[in-house]
Amino acid sequence: MSAREEILAKVRRAVAGAPETSVPRGYRMSNQVSDLVGLFAERVDDYRAVVHVVPAAEVPGRLAELVGERRMIVPEGLPADWPRGIGGTSVAELDAADGVLTGCAVAIAETGTIVLDTGPGQGRRAQTLVPDYHLCVVRADQIVSGVPEAVARLDPARPLTWISGPSATSDIELNRVEGVHGPRTLEVVIST
Amino acid sequence: MRVALFITCVNDTLFPGTGKAVVSLLRRLGCEVDFPAAQTCCGQMHVNTGYRDEGVRLARHFTEVFAGYDAVVAPSGSCAAMVREQYPKLVRPGSRGATAVAEVAPKVHELSEFLIDVLKVDDVGAYFPHRVTYHPTCHSLRGLHLGDRPTRLLQNVRGLELVELPAAQECCGFGGTFAVKNPAVSAAMGADKVRNVLGTGAEVLCAADNSCLMHIGGTLNRQRTGVRIMHLAEILAATEEAQ
Amino acid sequence: MSSTFLGMPGSFPKNAAKAVQNSQLRYNLRKATHTIRGKRANVVGELPDWQELRAAGKAIKDETLRHLDRYLVQMEEAVTRAGGHVHWARDADEANRIVGELIKATGETEVVKVKSMATQEIGLNEALAAQGVTAYETDLAELIVQLGDDFPSHILVPAIHRNRAEIREIFLDKMEKVPEGLTDEPRALAEAARLHLRERFLKSKVAISGANFMVAETGTLVVLESEGNGRMCLTLPETLISVVGIEKLLPAWRDLEVFLQLLPRSSTGERMNPYTSMWTGSVEGQDFHLVLLDNGRTDVLADEVGRQALRCIRCSACLNVCPVYERAGGHAYGSVYPGPIGAILTPQLRGMSSELDASLPYASSLCGACFEACPVAIDIPEVLVDLRAKVRHKPAERAGMRVAGWILNDQVRLAKAQRLATRFRKLVPKRLPGPLSAWTDTRDLPDIPEESFRDWWERNERA
Repeated sequence: MSAREEILAKVRRAVAGAPETSVPRGYRMSNQVSDLVGLFAERVDDYRAVVHVVPAAEVPGRLAELVGERRMIVPEGLPADWPRGIGGTSVAELDAADGVLTGCAVAIAETGTIVLDTGPGQGRRAQTLVPDYHLCVVRADQIVSGVPEAVARLDPARPLTWISGPSATSDIELNRVEGVHGPRTLEVVIST
Repeated sequence: MRVALFITCVNDTLFPGTGKAVVSLLRRLGCEVDFPAAQTCCGQMHVNTGYRDEGVRLARHFTEVFAGYDAVVAPSGSCAAMVREQYPKLVRPGSRGATAVAEVAPKVHELSEFLIDVLKVDDVGAYFPHRVTYHPTCHSLRGLHLGDRPTRLLQNVRGLELVELPAAQECCGFGGTFAVKNPAVSAAMGADKVRNVLGTGAEVLCAADNSCLMHIGGTLNRQRTGVRIMHLAEILAATEEAQ
Repeated sequence: MSSTFLGMPGSFPKNAAKAVQNSQLRYNLRKATHTIRGKRANVVGELPDWQELRAAGKAIKDETLRHLDRYLVQMEEAVTRAGGHVHWARDADEANRIVGELIKATGETEVVKVKSMATQEIGLNEALAAQGVTAYETDLAELIVQLGDDFPSHILVPAIHRNRAEIREIFLDKMEKVPEGLTDEPRALAEAARLHLRERFLKSKVAISGANFMVAETGTLVVLESEGNGRMCLTLPETLISVVGIEKLLPAWRDLEVFLQLLPRSSTGERMNPYTSMWTGSVEGQDFHLVLLDNGRTDVLADEVGRQALRCIRCSACLNVCPVYERAGGHAYGSVYPGPIGAILTPQLRGMSSELDASLPYASSLCGACFEACPVAIDIPEVLVDLRAKVRHKPAERAGMRVAGWILNDQVRLAKAQRLATRFRKLVPKRLPGPLSAWTDTRDLPDIPEESFRDWWERNERA
């Protein structure tokens, strides 16, 4: 018998006659949050990421200021008036860049989380990982209150990266310190 | 109200004063107290040490002895939790034992539960002019969910100064046969509990379980700290006249 | 090369007795567990629906286990459809052989690894070493353990027993390139790890991971992490091999809405961990292999009481609140799964034939703090008690418990025993002999009263 058949047979024997279950979903599907942008900004800030709340019309200008002299990876699909970047997909090119500028797929206010799904303006996964600086623009209408709404909006067929603050570790005495292998600086521009 | 006292084997053998205190307290509150002489032990030590057959025999004995009473009061959070929480897991669903357990278990109350939930009193008219700290034992805290019942009763005792015990919710390290099977860890837990007790400056350490108190008290005595242990029932039974 | 726990001698009480004497270890563990307890309590308290999430988490896992056969097949189909390859492993040897062969096919002799309990459980690193493949751990705590040739002592933070000064020493001693003037500041130590691993990440061709969750409905794997080492391993290499226990499944995509709230808050005490990666099958041109691991899980599943241990999502909240773990440390459990969950999981996965494994169900005072903290409501005390009934007891103890049971089962015998104790009460020594000396070594015995309660009642009330 193959391992597959044997494991499945053992499972069937093990659970034969076990009671059926049902899942109570009494938890909140969404939360009443009066100021989604404010809550999201506060929670991102808690992770020691840098947050800017900027009116939509001023976003291109602010991005240009923030990018400054940095040689940025800028994936395709972002507005034409945002800073231009250098191309680059190979690991060496990414490693040589100063940072990466992206949009996102959805953001979660309660947890201060940004989710990327490699869609337009988000690049491949490596592009937001290897450069040490990540500048991410979140549109106010992309922010949901809690995790259930975010899960509902996302497409599992796409590779997803959930980002909550800069890379960090709690491995030394269970105290969180920022800055390990992922981008050590996360800067978030919330476009309102 | 007529209530049966389940003394528990530890109290019966080593702490009869606690039983006498329960009797005098309940009578003061107008209860008629009966002591079913055939009672022995709830079986917790056997079940929790891995001797289920012996434990089940003792559980069966318990349900026979206490069948037919409206209320059973036990001065032990641990033994009450055994009957209420663990007995239902020892019997086969639908068996005669299951029926007997379903009949008796809900009527078994730890003392502070009985006073507050059944008799509806949180001031028992006690007098005890001492500085006291209270340790919520694990099974009374996380098994029975006694919450603030014991401390509400203590707060209403005349003359008593209740001081909060730091890290009160942490286990004292008794754990039944754990105390002898894992003596090093048990003693380390007991030592930390004792340190916290001493830090309160209390004269008396109170709890709803004499087994835990025996462990903490044994450590307090060995260290010649002078802090006394007292079961909740003994403080609640104390009156001005008796002082 | 980190060591493996397999065949470790000793017993929990003996190991723990040594550990409690180690004041540095006691201090490190106390500090770390108390820090995380406070953080967890804060972020759990923040959610008004924590108990509802917990109830849902428990039920979703129960549903998974009830129809695990169906969900496994569904997972296999979904992964295959998305261009991935699925392998099945009955036990550790089979899994290690599969992974070894997959690596061999790539021609590589070095692989990077994301922290994974399943691969620790099967001793994958050691098995690969025997096949000439070097596996590099990339999680900071795993790296500390691996560099220090040490044992992991915690599920989430395997190097929890080490403080910053000790970690600095290990780095100075074992890292090839250490930044000059390395201090013991956590930030500086993290920076040293970044430099140490950077090049390796950028050139590695093969990575090995586990997974926190697998979604049967969509074939998606989910890995939660903090440092970005996970993303490096999952994203950059050409080949990704994930070894995952069969119980890690969730039936549906939406079930993640529960577990992505339960897990980060229970484990690191954060609203969300820095990075979570989700992928389905072969992504961005990567060659993806999923190894579904049984290794004793189907035996656990067959136990009506014990199977709830398979709900475990490895958050380690039970370790962090456990007073026994805090004092004994993780090594005393002799398993990659220490603490309360380890005390019920290890004996079920490995059996209870060794002295160590037979002592694990007793490594608890049954205080219940673990059950209260568990985000999937595993009644750990219930399983411990159930396992204790299955342990082969020592003959002397068995005889003693039989006699005690016989005396306690009858009021007359009990009364006689009490009177006997009362009569000789003055003769009880301050220090007891034999196994009971365990009591009197640190505690006084209570005075035996002149009269038992039942005799007092008989004398005063019965008349």
